[in-house]
Amino acid sequence: MSVETPEVLVVGAGPAGLAAADAARRAGAQVVLLDAAGDAGGQYWRHLPAERPAARERILHHGWGKFTALRGQDVLTDAQVWLAERHDDRPPTLHVLVGPADGRDRVRKTFAPKALVLATGAYERTLPFPGWDLPGVFTAGAAQALAKSERIAVGRRVLVAGAGPFLLPVASSLVRTGAGVVGVLEANGWPRLARGWSRRPAELLATRHKGGELAGYVRDLVRHRIPYRAATAVVAAHGTDRVEAVTVARLDPRWAPIAGTDEQIEVDAVCVSHGFVPRVELAVSAGCGLDAYGAVVTDDDGRTTVAGVFAAGEITGVGGADLALAEGVVAGLAAAGSAASAAQRRARSDNQAFAARLEAAHGIRPGWTGWLGDDTLVCRCEEVTAGDLRAGAAATESRGLRSLKLSTRAGLGVCQGRVCGRTVEELLHRHTGGLLDRGRTESRPLAAFVRLGELAATEQVAEEKEPL
Amino acid sequence: MTLPITVVVDGVAMPGVAGQTVAGVLMGAGRLSWRTTRNGRPRGVFCGIGVCHDCLVVVNGLADVRACQRRAIDGDEISTEEQA
Ligand SMILES: Cc1cc2nc3c(=O)[nH]c(=O)nc-3n(C[C@H](O)[C@H](O)[C@H](O)COP(=O)(O)OP(=O)(O)OC[C@H]3O[C@@H](n4cnc5c(N)ncnc54)[C@H](O)[C@@H]3O)c2cc1C
Ligand code: FES
Repeated sequence: MSVETPEVLVVGAGPAGLAAADAARRAGAQVVLLDAAGDAGGQYWRHLPAERPAARERILHHGWGKFTALRGQDVLTDAQVWLAERHDDRPPTLHVLVGPADGRDRVRKTFAPKALVLATGAYERTLPFPGWDLPGVFTAGAAQALAKSERIAVGRRVLVAGAGPFLLPVASSLVRTGAGVVGVLEANGWPRLARGWSRRPAELLATRHKGGELAGYVRDLVRHRIPYRAATAVVAAHGTDRVEAVTVARLDPRWAPIAGTDEQIEVDAVCVSHGFVPRVELAVSAGCGLDAYGAVVTDDDGRTTVAGVFAAGEITGVGGADLALAEGVVAGLAAAGSAASAAQRRARSDNQAFAARLEAAHGIRPGWTGWLGDDTLVCRCEEVTAGDLRAGAAATESRGLRSLKLSTRAGLGVCQGRVCGRTVEELLHRHTGGLLDRGRTESRPLAAFVRLGELAATEQVAEEKEPL
Repeated sequence: MTLPITVVVDGVAMPGVAGQTVAGVLMGAGRLSWRTTRNGRPRGVFCGIGVCHDCLVVVNGLADVRACQRRAIDGDEISTEEQA
């Protein structure tokens, strides 16, 4: 099978990858940019597919003009990287399947790039609560994706809850696709929010664009009279086959629910997000070092700890699309053997300060486990409860994450612990008095679900074609 | 300027438009869940971006396809029951 050897290979065509590929091309490099999705744009610039052109797409988007400028590049779409094969002296070889998602006859491609930019983004972390597996309970990102790519409003009476400024664009997209939003609940109280957001106001001026974007979402809340409540969380969802109501409660500063503050609210959908987890499996396979938050470590040029491998965007820490764009430019230039200007570096560091502010104001606090019951599902795939985890830890007296996962089955389902992995680690860490091998959750040999039959079949086809 | 398509879900025709995902077609028709877990719990879309695998369907006889990631094609046969 033939191996392609581009000068720069960029994985992920979200803001970071688009900016990196564009910068590397402008610096004269021969670039391949690919993405598993059917369209470029990543999570931020999700939009209706080409088959459903929308005249007013920009009303759901910020920086749409910027996207229009970047999306003109060649992008190999529907291209799922499923394996990064590590080498000692050069960037890894990437194995890719190109074709309809989860199909069986996809085209197999292999890339051995001279430089690799990983821009695989992040996915959401949603903390479990009783009833969170009921249909009608979504991640906030799902509501956002359905609104932006399908124009589907997930409900008529929707509650948005969790932590972080991301709740605001979600509420805004919901009302713009015709949903009624009954409220936005932020787990953190005003004192923490104020400390996080009012510290060093000069920094916010440097990221003025971001401030303006947030102000726009707040205007949507005000216009639609959507209440925004701090120090409040959804602590249970109720219903038999679908969500019909939720219990909300006030939280103390550690996010522990305060007794006697429960209140029931009727809803037909609830959208929950407590933060983001960098999507690092390819970086881990490539051997890149991670920081304490599980994000890829980079230097000022976006270099990872592996020679020839660069990283940009949410994979290096969560800080929004502006930071992803700024990091993409710097990493793309470096991957092409060029250097960023002082202004390009400043854009990157200003936006990094904004990211630090996010973590200070909105990061997850440990008291949330106060809303778990013994029968609350933690692992959705294998249907393992909080009680199962506690019992498993007590029964084996093991302090090894690997062995506890094997005995409880938590995190071993088809999502490979992407949804529950960090939560399982956090709970087991507490039950065991300290895990010996924390952080292992992020280590997955395959970056995507693949069918062995498909690999065998494509291998055969490739071999048959070889003599030509 | 949208192209109507029809997919067949568990033997029943369901209308959609070209470019929608299978999950988009199902939810557009008012379905909130379509799969049941081993313990009999209903599931539909949760993450919406291909991460959780809650939304699995069988497409043209091929199991374990994420409905939120797969674009629906006119004439697709979708089954929500796992096949043996
Ligand atoms: C569901 C969701 C919705 C979001 N919506 C918003 C929003 O509306 N507003 C906002 O400010 N922020 C939003 N965010 C936060 C968002 O992550 C950032 O603002 C921004 O999109 C980050 O840019 P990025 O380029 O780092 O990553 P992303 O935009 O996430 O792009 C990463 C890309 O990499 C691709 N990829 C990953 N792994 C592979 C692989 N193995 N093979 C091939 N391709 C791969 C993905 O398909 C994706 O397109 C959202 C996040 C999520 C998870
Ligand atoms: S809804 Fe999570 S993978 Fe489709």
